Amino acid sequence: MAKKEFYSFYPGCSSQPKASADNFLRSSNAMCDALDIKLKEIDDWNCCGASIGYAGGGEVPRLSLSARNIALSQQQNGDADIVAPCAACWIATREAQERVEHNPKVGEGINAALAEIGLKVESGKMPQARHMVEVLVEDIGLDTIAKGVTKPLEGVKIAGYVGCQTNRPFGIAGESFENPLYLDHMIEACGAQAVDKYEKKVACCSGALMFSEPEKGHALVKDIIEAAYDGGADMIVTPCQLCQMNVESYQSNINKTYGTKFNIPVVYYSQLIAVAYGKSSQEAALDGQIIRAGKLEDIANK
Amino acid sequence: MSDMNQAMVQKYRSNFLKEVEANVEEGTWVKMCMQCGVCSGSCPLGPHWEHPQQELFMMIRAGKREEVLSSSSMWMCTSCYNCIARCPRGLPITHIMHGLASYAKRLGLAPKNQPTSKFGDIFWDSIAKNGRVNELKIGVSLYFMNGFSQGIKNALASRELGMAMMKTKRMSPTEYFGGHKCKDLSGIAKMLKKAKEFEAEHITKFGE
Amino acid sequence: MADMKIGAYICQGCGIGDRVDTAQLASVAKREGKAAIAKEHEFLCNAEGVKMIQDDIANEGVNHVVIAACSRRAKTEAFSFDGVCISRANLREGVIWVRPDTDEARETTQEMADDYVRMACAETKYQKMPEASGEQGLTRHLLIVGGGISGMTAALEAAKTGYKVDLVEKTGKLGGVAAEMFKKYPDKAPYNVLADNTTSAMIEAVNANGNITVHLNTSVTKTEGAPGRFTVSLATESGASKDVVVGAIIQATGFTQYDMGKLPELGGGKSPDVMDQLAFEKMVKANGGAIKKADGSEAKNVVFVQCAGQRSEQPGHLPYCSGHCCMTSIKQARYVKEAGGDATVIFDDLRTPGADGEDVYRGGQEAGVAFSKGKVSSVEAAGKGLKVNYTDKILAEDSTIDADIVVLATGMVPNSGPNPYVKLDLEMAEKDGNADLVAKLKAEVEKAPPSILNLMYRQGTDVPHLKHGFTDSHFICFPYETRRTGIYTAGPVRRPMDAHQAIEDATGATLKAIQACENAAIGRAAHPRSGDLSFPSFRKEGCTQCKRCTVECPFGAINEDEKGYPQYNEARCRRCGTCMGACPVRVISFENYSVETVGQQLKAVDMPDEFSEKPRLLVLACENDAYPALDMAGMTRQEYSAFARIIPVRCLGSVNTIWITDALNSGYDGVMLMGCQKGDNYQCHFVKGSEIAHIRMSKIDDTLTQLNLEKERVQTYEVSIADIQRIPQIINDMEKLIGEIGMSPFKF
Repeated sequence: MAKKEFYSFYPGCSSQPKASADNFLRSSNAMCDALDIKLKEIDDWNCCGASIGYAGGGEVPRLSLSARNIALSQQQNGDADIVAPCAACWIATREAQERVEHNPKVGEGINAALAEIGLKVESGKMPQARHMVEVLVEDIGLDTIAKGVTKPLEGVKIAGYVGCQTNRPFGIAGESFENPLYLDHMIEACGAQAVDKYEKKVACCSGALMFSEPEKGHALVKDIIEAAYDGGADMIVTPCQLCQMNVESYQSNINKTYGTKFNIPVVYYSQLIAVAYGKSSQEAALDGQIIRAGKLEDIANK
Repeated sequence: MSDMNQAMVQKYRSNFLKEVEANVEEGTWVKMCMQCGVCSGSCPLGPHWEHPQQELFMMIRAGKREEVLSSSSMWMCTSCYNCIARCPRGLPITHIMHGLASYAKRLGLAPKNQPTSKFGDIFWDSIAKNGRVNELKIGVSLYFMNGFSQGIKNALASRELGMAMMKTKRMSPTEYFGGHKCKDLSGIAKMLKKAKEFEAEHITKFGE
Repeated sequence: MADMKIGAYICQGCGIGDRVDTAQLASVAKREGKAAIAKEHEFLCNAEGVKMIQDDIANEGVNHVVIAACSRRAKTEAFSFDGVCISRANLREGVIWVRPDTDEARETTQEMADDYVRMACAETKYQKMPEASGEQGLTRHLLIVGGGISGMTAALEAAKTGYKVDLVEKTGKLGGVAAEMFKKYPDKAPYNVLADNTTSAMIEAVNANGNITVHLNTSVTKTEGAPGRFTVSLATESGASKDVVVGAIIQATGFTQYDMGKLPELGGGKSPDVMDQLAFEKMVKANGGAIKKADGSEAKNVVFVQCAGQRSEQPGHLPYCSGHCCMTSIKQARYVKEAGGDATVIFDDLRTPGADGEDVYRGGQEAGVAFSKGKVSSVEAAGKGLKVNYTDKILAEDSTIDADIVVLATGMVPNSGPNPYVKLDLEMAEKDGNADLVAKLKAEVEKAPPSILNLMYRQGTDVPHLKHGFTDSHFICFPYETRRTGIYTAGPVRRPMDAHQAIEDATGATLKAIQACENAAIGRAAHPRSGDLSFPSFRKEGCTQCKRCTVECPFGAINEDEKGYPQYNEARCRRCGTCMGACPVRVISFENYSVETVGQQLKAVDMPDEFSEKPRLLVLACENDAYPALDMAGMTRQEYSAFARIIPVRCLGSVNTIWITDALNSGYDGVMLMGCQKGDNYQCHFVKGSEIAHIRMSKIDDTLTQLNLEKERVQTYEVSIADIQRIPQIINDMEKLIGEIGMSPFKF
């Protein structure tokens, strides 16, 4: 697949300025600039309902949210692929599409709701909803990305933490659920070394339950970090905003509970690519890390 | 017992499986479970489920309506989709669990003070109102969901994290007074109202 | 045959030439092996090497060929020469690959190679070319016993190839159980629609086929002969009788439903609304799909109880799974759903084998059949209906369901004839005067069903049972092959199965039966020595009529004449040599495998003296598993003792104790016998050979005592083809043991 002229961008709530994945948004902008990926943000997009929206929202209201985004994208950007960098946004959008395609009753409800605001979605006529990673892997290609690297991330060993929702239930085409390899390949394309057989590669960070069931969440994250250390990682990289937040920001809490001494940076793939393409520390949003990724900063500042 | 719950009990008498098939998201799949247990073995919070997933399916078939709907089990779902990926029968288990949780809530049977259930409400209210997540407000409401004094304690305990987020510009105090939101809020409200109405009608009409 | 002329050909390829002195081997072959010609070649299996041998056969009159190269299991096509005897010295897998390439090891490695050349020369000296017995006959005609789905399939498949068939059915109509079915379970993708019963069409096809003669109300009263020349007497109920000559026999006598009267706790026999699957099937068929209770009222709720009296260790129950019952219950539950009722299947493990099984199960779930994992404790009457009490195994609680009809999924009991070995064991017990055993066996004989084939065999009237009354010889390794050559069983008499599987099974058995006819016509052995032309014969003047051969033959191949002399039936023989191993006076032999071919090999080995610190270990290795495992040990470069000398044998059953005595007398320090696993889960390719050898060897202690030797010097092992590390280890352990107990004093 070749790179599209432009993509209809659905950043999602966390990737807004001064939201929790502000560092993703900034580094992603730098990455897209380096790779010449053009994004047109969907005007007035709304939240997808995320993975916890089901509780209060039920099925039709929750899916209507995603349907509104799809309809707006179509209205503003025609058939352009909708690109979401957030796994929850991406799968919610795809789920809404699937339900409209396969469950006429639910589709009817969604369109009844959209009709209130003069919008509609039609089975078989919706633009594709894609994850940012798919654009990199399928449209640009990791080989191409590797060729453009100007500052290879030499001497950095990274645990590629894929997590759940970028991987399941849809996943990246051609990857397995149990051992997806694209993130390792992306790490290698940037000139860094991927941890071989990272045991917790597709383990769950507890997602939204980190807020409601913190102790259980901490226990899961503890294992994810421990496995990264076991693999000799200098840092963890992830494609998911919630994973990044959960794995990076609770390390001091986990240390208190378990007596561990975790202090491992958790970065986004966009930050690796931005640095490898010669972007500055600030452009790569390395200043947005709670636990600073010193090795990346050193390379960026060289 | 809520009025709606009363009505549901009347309608399906003892056949809870039929009720689930009619009213729960992806509920028609429940009968296809073959009891292998791969789902609960694959669940990151497996040990914390009061009734493992496949047991819930069996309880539905056995007509254990109150026990299923008032269980805390479904609220343990982290939406990791591992059960869906591994189910040899292709059951959309994650969705069924979400559906059961939401149906329980709708009928007023969900366990009281279940933290994920409460968090789900806070979250939904926030996005229904603003169209987008207000992370700060959700965070603060979360701290206070079990009362004011517990909230202060929670907030103090998380002070360090809050400061770190502010420092790295990944959270802004101004969020509390406005912050991220959609432009067409009245449109979103209309849309969600209609969707909710449809779902309510859809439930009562189904199966008659 | 003209005078013997031995040509020995020594290969230098695959590193043999680098590791041993092949010129010395050639000289050993000439000097000690009496080879007229001994040639070395750098690459013996290539076209040039093979041509060299062929030229010598054609031009020099070489008629015994010794190939000193790789294992006899390798390069068999290159080293196959018509009309000459061939023996192989295994220098590659058996010598250089199991010994370290070091200076210290060089001498013993050379000694090993020298010995294997001596042994191969000795072997071939005593080999003759197998010649046909003259008792062959080509009879392209099968007898099929049983007119159910298996028998009819076999008949049609055989007829398609042009074979003639006599199809014998004891009842008045064809079709068997299959004809009683209302519908079949789904038989084509997507396997979720019940299929029509097509048995009547099959019956018509059988009746219309010119190659098939159907005999209804008929049974087999006598079967004599061997593959290629069976004479079978058929008798009808009315008393008319007829003889037919057939080349092979297929027994497809099916099954009987387990008697649910033995399950009163599940309501069996207590209520007319508790029925087995076959009764339910007949009821639905009779009602054209309606589900009715015995009183004629409509049944709304039907509960299916899986594993009723089967997969159970309780006395009187069937310990095995009948394989079809889960699928059958799913099918029958769908009858109930289609008639508008509710159906619940209570199972412990739902087993739906086959490519389509999972889809059939799914189809049942989609149709709304309820499945509960649980164990039914009792079925009791409750008002006009029934109550099924069970333990829900998922919810871990006791539960009850109301039912109008309860269907018990009882198991399949094979319709086998009497197990001949019970009678033979009784004979032995009577001879030994073991009263308890006699009583027990007598009771068993009385209980036995009537004979089906009435074989006029020394070892009894019917095909031996393998387990639980099923007639097979090994469920996994040798399907269809019973322990009576040329007689194949198919369908549920062989192992529990459904109609789909029975069709496949009968097709397979037909192929085997045809193969048996064609093989018998040219004197070739059946499985596992397929194609072997040698067969046993005996020297009558030496025979003492001891009957060991006729009793021990695992295949009942040998009859006795009125004087008690053995009568070999070449086509019934599998060529294992168990008779040869049994014979106390050593009068039984094959042309190319005899007491001499092995005995002379072990004697040909150069025996260093007692003080040389070079013991000799004789290994008699079964060619089916032990020898290939030894070859694989070589391929994977497992080292073993340089003092071992390995001789492959057809089966451990063929090992005559004279070889052990000879070996000990010749000064061997240890003797190791390696055969396949014996007992209930046997792996022996000849069923009983390994077991018989173990029994014989348990009696060798007397010989050892006589010779004043330690009994640890002779050991028998059960090994498997996967033991490629264990076998070298046990050889090395034997070497160590000899080191401890000392060398044999019998080195002259």
